[in-house]
Amino acid sequence: MAFINIRNKEIQLKIVYYGPGQGGKTTNLLYINKNFSEKIKSQMVTIDTYGDRTIFFDFFPLDLGQINGFDVKIQLYTVPGQSRYDTTRKLVLNGVDGIVFVADMLASMRRKNILSLKNLHENLIKYHKNIFNIPLLFQFNKVDLSQKGYPVLTPERLTDDLNRQLKRPWITASALTGENVALTLKKIISMTTANIKISLN
Amino acid sequence: MRLAKLIKKRQLDFLYETLDCELIQNGITSVVLIDLAGNVLTNLSNGEHDFDTYSLASLTAGNFGAVTALLDQIGEPELTLLFNQGQMLNIYFRKISADYILIVVFDKSISLGYVRLKMDTIENLVKETLT
Repeated sequence: MAFINIRNKEIQLKIVYYGPGQGGKTTNLLYINKNFSEKIKSQMVTIDTYGDRTIFFDFFPLDLGQINGFDVKIQLYTVPGQSRYDTTRKLVLNGVDGIVFVADMLASMRRKNILSLKNLHENLIKYHKNIFNIPLLFQFNKVDLSQKGYPVLTPERLTDDLNRQLKRPWITASALTGENVALTLKKIISMTTANIKISLN
Repeated sequence: MRLAKLIKKRQLDFLYETLDCELIQNGITSVVLIDLAGNVLTNLSNGEHDFDTYSLASLTAGNFGAVTALLDQIGEPELTLLFNQGQMLNIYFRKISADYILIVVFDKSISLGYVRLKMDTIENLVKETLT
């Protein structure tokens, strides 16, 4: 949950990029880290990767500026996507305020997207959070692959698979080229801060 | 579902005063109080080092969670402290109640025994303040 430090006039929010393995969660953070360096005072922390796979989490804090006189610090995390790392995935979700679900548009990833969302739902329950209440944004990633001739899932198919009941906003993106990566971040920050404002009022 | 944790200014003032008086003024390099989500509650330093507090907090929360899960595998229910003796600086982590971790960084001029002794007093004070 968000931490509001009255003494230092600071709000800390935790946003987690969730989704199936090799879906582009780390690539999202790498793009943000590279392209918004003026807002980021820290190096991106990447723990224990085996090859290019995240096995614990990636992290960096992002300074958002001020809202109502409070400095807002967004803590961005990714989780390991592979099913075997569920324990660490659960740990990263502790205290989460907003989630970007990075779904992989590759047609062959359809089942893994669905399983990962189910896993998110189950892991949130363990922290007494409800997937229907938490700020959640879908990013349908790897939109560039269709232009390269790869079989991809359409946004309609992905919406039907993942978002039929949740009815959350979604964005198509390419973390690799940066297309809509910033928009995704902007949108989830806006959703998360709005939710915290509601809770404070 | 609680969405935000808000700690009163007087509680934080008391924590800052206590940690400064008990630890920083007695030679400790840096003291950071965090919650298990990796949020920073207090951050004090003697000014000799400039650590990236937020990375320190996220890594500590992750590390504590990972070791707790590890202990669970061998049937140990709880992790209360971690310690690493470094070449220049040592780092001591102490879990305080179910939700918080105190990170204490100190150099060779301070003994681990002294830090552990101080922790018993501080743990109670922090618990009383935050509950």
